[in-house]
Amino acid sequence: MNSVGEGCTDLKREYDQCFNRWFAEKFLKGDRSGDPCTEMFKTYQVCVQKAIKDKDIPIDGVEFMGPNKEKPES
Amino acid sequence: MENSTKRKCTELTNAAASKETAYVGIAGTMVKYFSCIGVLKSSWDQVFIAFWQRYPNPYSNHVLTEDIVFREVTPDNRLISRRLLTKTSRAPRWAERYLPLQMSRCAYIMEDSIVDPQARTMTTMTWNISHARLMSVAERCVYGVNPENGIWTQIKREAWISSSLYGLSRAFQEFGLARFKSSVTKTMKGFEYVLAKMQGETPSRTLAETAKEAKEKARETALAATEKAKGLASQAQKKQYV
Repeated sequence: MNSVGEGCTDLKREYDQCFNRWFAEKFLKGDRSGDPCTEMFKTYQVCVQKAIKDKDIPIDGVEFMGPNKEKPES
Repeated sequence: MENSTKRKCTELTNAAASKETAYVGIAGTMVKYFSCIGVLKSSWDQVFIAFWQRYPNPYSNHVLTEDIVFREVTPDNRLISRRLLTKTSRAPRWAERYLPLQMSRCAYIMEDSIVDPQARTMTTMTWNISHARLMSVAERCVYGVNPENGIWTQIKREAWISSSLYGLSRAFQEFGLARFKSSVTKTMKGFEYVLAKMQGETPSRTLAETAKEAKEKARETALAATEKAKGLASQAQKKQYV
């Protein structure tokens, strides 16, 4: 899948590949022996965060898991 | 409330099958609430793995880009991530006259998630960060082991749809809800496709055919919604002074 930053797609794919393997083979199995993808993630983030800034995409200032949603009464 | 959790996502075309309510939100805007339950015939870990690999698939042509913009493993070993998606967003025809000419044809979508391998659950919260005044759709999904069949995965889906566009909010809500329902169908088909591929089954022609069917069905749903929304829009027009 492409990155929002045209120049970041290769970095993203490289990271995705590393992540998917770690997620399936280590994380889900409870293996906590370090994350081998940290450096790739950092490099990818430098690229994508710049693209987000250049495109003025408002990703900051929203709390994690979004605004609290109310439950309808029923 | 409990009853709503028994509604199946696969019966979405049947209006009576899913839970729908409308209520007044904090800011006084009307909010439409929707919920249903979906089942994927794969184990929780397969589904969680597929969740990160589900784009592209034949049902996701509207998804243009995908990025992780934040990721961390918490001290209690949960994975928290924020994903940014760009999707094409077409406004309904009848609405074009009310919208700014330069309005972008793309929408940015935010998706936060928590994966908890100990509890075998994954919770996602997804919402649009573009065109939010026009229509705001927030969706929460809780993925977990299906209580009736431990080797299957259940998805409890809830959505909140609102619009603060004066006079047209109901029309946009109806449109938003119809589009949301057709997107749930596509999401589930996409998931099934990716899972089949992961499990080494070559996604067969049947799947391509199903894709075609889903597309046609979605078009029908959209048409019905357009008709309904048109009626609402013309009613609203009488009250609207721009």
